[in-house]
Amino acid sequence: MRRSDLFAIFLLVCTLLFVALLGYGELRQERDQAGREGNARLVRTLGLTDLALFTEARYTRHLSQADHHAPFQDHPLALEHFPSGSMVSPPLPWRRPL
Amino acid sequence: MNRSLERQRNILDFTLASLLRRKGKNLSLLAIYIFIVFIIASVTFFTTALKREALLLLSEAPEMVVQRLSAGRHDLISHDYAEGIAAIRGVTAVTPRLWGYYFDPTTGANYTLLVPPAGTAVPGVVTVGAGVARNLGLAADDLLPLRSYRGESLLYTVEAVLSSESELIATDLVLMAAGDFQQLFNMPPGFAVDLAVSVANPRELATVAGKIVERYPDTRPILKSEILRTYDAIFDWRGGMMIVLLMAAVFSFLVFAWDKAAGLSAEERREIGILKSIGWETGDVLLLKFWEGCAVSLSAFCLGVLFAFVHVFVFSAPIFAPALKGWAVIYPAFRLTPEVSPLQLAILFFLTVVPYTVATIVPSWRAATIDPDAAMRQ
Repeated sequence: MRRSDLFAIFLLVCTLLFVALLGYGELRQERDQAGREGNARLVRTLGLTDLALFTEARYTRHLSQADHHAPFQDHPLALEHFPSGSMVSPPLPWRRPL
Repeated sequence: MNRSLERQRNILDFTLASLLRRKGKNLSLLAIYIFIVFIIASVTFFTTALKREALLLLSEAPEMVVQRLSAGRHDLISHDYAEGIAAIRGVTAVTPRLWGYYFDPTTGANYTLLVPPAGTAVPGVVTVGAGVARNLGLAADDLLPLRSYRGESLLYTVEAVLSSESELIATDLVLMAAGDFQQLFNMPPGFAVDLAVSVANPRELATVAGKIVERYPDTRPILKSEILRTYDAIFDWRGGMMIVLLMAAVFSFLVFAWDKAAGLSAEERREIGILKSIGWETGDVLLLKFWEGCAVSLSAFCLGVLFAFVHVFVFSAPIFAPALKGWAVIYPAFRLTPEVSPLQLAILFFLTVVPYTVATIVPSWRAATIDPDAAMRQ
């Protein structure tokens, strides 16, 4: 078999795998739907405000509820020292019509 | 049509043979290229899916949370505030919330203790998240020892462990009765940690928040839209870890581009010279180099994206886990639901394949237009 045919077969297989991935994504969305609904119910029932993604510090556990500039609350020159702090943007400006 | 196709196939055959002649160099280049695409695609898949998950779940969060600040910090809020806020026009319900953090010195873990607002929790009994159960080896009917702020040792019976599906939102939760919470933290009655406020018309939320701040200047209302925006801004490309990853990828691409743009090797130039002397035209040589760039970048793109999908959605991104876990003892074990769109794949394609292919063509054009005799003598 010619090398160009092998390369074409490789690309075809990859394309089919991409389509399969999109299909798998759809399938997983359907399969995970019940779990997602259960989680949404839990958020509603318990009044949760944040994901339990970073449990290392209180201001990373509840990102949306933390004080502004929470990393600096220990002392004015305190630097952010938790790794998760580097994945979170600074608090959004709190502007609201008063 | 068939003749043109046959020409392309012949050139592709020659290209692949030429790439295989320099097997070591090209395979190592391909491996690095696949790795770069893999990292960029993994980050893209992971952040998109996580943001989507946060948006779906937290759209059920309280419409507004009102905190009280004291000396610039979050402090307990009196139930009197709840009564005052409930009297504001448009407010339908104000629910005092009790929640806090408990540091477990034996394992070094932080737990989030929470009182279910419905008041369904039974005194002396707790429900724990899957991460807490895993950390302490707990199962239903086991005892959970906690030390109160008065120094007393308190024992709670574990009624149930929350399902592993809920780990992303509840892995570190300990649900308990209000009386137990107040006893544990030595908290005075008549106070809450914050207030969850419901408003009849969601469009009035900002106005109601303004009225609350006007009436109680020591409060800080947090709207649901602000909660959602917080999670929309997470893993922003300017964040420390993300910029390190992106810069590594960008610099690797620069090295690739530099390698290509700096010109071809003497061996490659001689090859072009020979091809031209036996009758290849400049267009044929450019086509050869185009197919070379395509073969490498398409293979890297396809394999990199496929590996990234399996890494993020099948194996739950184990490469990112240590960075995400940080110093936390409890880290949720969660599987993200795939959120991959054809548009996302198209963006990844144009970010990774096009720059490399273009970088391959430019120096080849320069080499392909020189005299074959000069190219062979160099």
